[in-house]
Amino acid sequence: MRLTGAQMVWESLVREGVDTVFGISGGAVIHLYHALPEYPIHHVLMRHEQAAAHAADGYARATGKVGVCLATSGPGATNLVTGLATAYMDSSPVVAITGQVATPFIGTDAFQEVDITGITLPITKHNYLVTDIRELPVVIKQAFHIARTGRPGPVLIDIAKDVQAAQGEYQYPDEVHLPGHRVPRNDISSPVQQAARMLNEARRPLLIAGHGVILAGAEHALVQLVEKANVPVVTTLLGIGAIPETHPLCLGMAGMHGEAYTNLAMSEADLIVSLGCRFDDRLTGPVSQFGRQARIIHVDIDSAEINKNVVVDLALVGDLKDVLPALIPLVEERNRDEWLARIGEWREDSAKRDILGRESDDLVPQYVIRQLWYATQGNVVVVSDVGQNQMWEAQYFIHHRRRALISSGGLGTMGFALPAAIGVQFGLPHEQVWVTAGDGGFQMNIQELATVVQEKLPIKIAILNNGYLGMVRQWQQLFFEGRYSGTPLLGPDFAQVAAAYGIPGLTVREKSEVEPAIARAVHSDGPFLIDFRIVQEENVYPMVAPGAPIHTMIRRPEASEQG
Amino acid sequence: MKHTVVALMEDKPGVLNRVSGLFRRRNYNIESLSVGHSETPGISRMTVVVEGDERVVDQVIHQLEKLINVTQVFNVTHQPTVIRELALIKVKATAGTRTEIMELANVFRARIVDVSATSLTVEITGPEEKVNSLIGLLRPYGIEELARTGRVAMVRGGNGHSDEPDDAPQATSESK
Ligand SMILES: Cc1ncc(C[n+]2csc(CCOP(=O)(O)OP(=O)(O)O)c2C)c(N)n1
Ligand SMILES: [Mg+2]
Repeated sequence: MRLTGAQMVWESLVREGVDTVFGISGGAVIHLYHALPEYPIHHVLMRHEQAAAHAADGYARATGKVGVCLATSGPGATNLVTGLATAYMDSSPVVAITGQVATPFIGTDAFQEVDITGITLPITKHNYLVTDIRELPVVIKQAFHIARTGRPGPVLIDIAKDVQAAQGEYQYPDEVHLPGHRVPRNDISSPVQQAARMLNEARRPLLIAGHGVILAGAEHALVQLVEKANVPVVTTLLGIGAIPETHPLCLGMAGMHGEAYTNLAMSEADLIVSLGCRFDDRLTGPVSQFGRQARIIHVDIDSAEINKNVVVDLALVGDLKDVLPALIPLVEERNRDEWLARIGEWREDSAKRDILGRESDDLVPQYVIRQLWYATQGNVVVVSDVGQNQMWEAQYFIHHRRRALISSGGLGTMGFALPAAIGVQFGLPHEQVWVTAGDGGFQMNIQELATVVQEKLPIKIAILNNGYLGMVRQWQQLFFEGRYSGTPLLGPDFAQVAAAYGIPGLTVREKSEVEPAIARAVHSDGPFLIDFRIVQEENVYPMVAPGAPIHTMIRRPEASEQG
Repeated sequence: MKHTVVALMEDKPGVLNRVSGLFRRRNYNIESLSVGHSETPGISRMTVVVEGDERVVDQVIHQLEKLINVTQVFNVTHQPTVIRELALIKVKATAGTRTEIMELANVFRARIVDVSATSLTVEITGPEEKVNSLIGLLRPYGIEELARTGRVAMVRGGNGHSDEPDDAPQATSESK
């Protein structure tokens, strides 16, 4: 079959099962756009290429399928960078396609030429510059394979303009030949036995469930393991949803803003089994003090994660989809009453300090998030932004479903939520998708409201508007003499902005208005925005001070001490 | 401690950039790096000398293995290996010192590869220590130019490098 390079791209994407791409056009991809209407692929016109990358990432996280974004050369390509870095940090399978100047111009600083393969080298799993049409089908095949196998990640394909315009014989390969791409297939039986023995012998064992559990689709196996071994489990931020947070053995999110009982369990455990988590510093605190009393087992698909941050006692390199089923038959039911009772006591103490127990008419963000959970019973997909709002969402929304919290963890990219939600909604058209964001982060990609309207997406938006870059303000209050330098933030009237885009919205100032406002949004057919004017200087607690060990937390004051 | 790591990689544009970018980004302490063709067409062979403990070298190996263009990585530090480096040393020479320098070179089985009115160029091959000693001895005469290739290494005996590459990383049992 003879095709142009542009046709080859779309033909190959169709064969990879792609039905939606997120992008913005330009001179170096004009051939691609010209060929697009011939193929059954829906193109979502974003308003910024960063948003296109986040949308592809959101699509991938929500569905487990590869998300695809598209940008022109030069500024189009550089705009993708933050989105690719976000996907890379969180191991999200994305394929980014960029146009490049025509082959004869490469290296001449031609108009809109940028070395995007050079720029994205450290933030992609792999990337390609295609200057020969004969390589194009193989490259696309490889790119999708690399993006989704092993530890997933973004792959960028930069295609010279003349390659898109050229004609060539098209044959899509059935198989990939990539001798340098290793997906672990080593025999795991011996470390699995050892892990089972350690788990059986442990008196105070604890599992950490990371994003890897979700990426591997091993949520069900995790629950089986937890129940059979009677062992409590904490999650990372991105591990939320790996096990229902309603499960009695789930202790919720650990780390810098984890609940006290969660972090205490982590520091008092005598065995920590990490499942698909890379021991990020926001989880561990100073590694020298992490798991002081524990032996540590690290299960990961990426061998380079072993001993990278935390030195472990047992490494188990493999896919959780294989490891957990191998482990489950070997673990024994053990009585862990004493350990679980201790955790239970810590848990009660934490509950006493919960701000929601406080009698007050203040419009606090915790209340807003809990009401959102209550109104939806958690049966929605939440896409959270970054900052205090992200932590309140993680703490007060009770996630009982898998892949129902999408958030930028590793890079902590403000502005992620709205564009990512667009991708999520395309991936999950029958789900209600909620954006939770701060007033700062929301303004970083606010232009995507136009995409929401153009694509008729019924996305609901909750802005926790505190008039500050709140998370930074909190640090300034606690650790920088209360000097609010560069953090007070003037926002627009978000409901009016929404209205200008054609999206209905409400401004909520009183606690009593929260419930009806959320109810209206939940039951509206189209998009809806609520601007919650929350208490401005509310802080996220508990908090582990930067550099402090994970069991030393700044706690919430007890209810009786609260004003 | 110094470790010697040998990596085989596809001979494609940009691959060296990927490798050196990785070393820079991960903040690895690379003493030397040398690349050239291997016995297989299309595959280059790189020898890297890494400074660090076992954990660091394990990290280097596993990160290198993640590069799609890198096909195999071996840590040859603890194996019997032939280790060589080549250096070209241009040293000042006068009528008075020329013979002395040539004798020194002789002792090291180095060769004089170029002679001019004011200098001699010496070529020496050997383990780094040997190269270092000759350089040390020539320094007083005045070294005008120096080019070293960095270490290349090959495991002794056996049938090529087909012995098992490093697979799963080892957990250390040392305390944290
Ligand atoms: C793109 C980007 N720039 C800067 C930061 C640093 N940062 C982290 S949280 C934060 C404040 C976020 O403010 P807002 O979106 O209003 O959320 P809040 O913390 O107030 O809930 C900032 C500036 C970041 N994470 N991402
Ligand atoms: Mg804010």
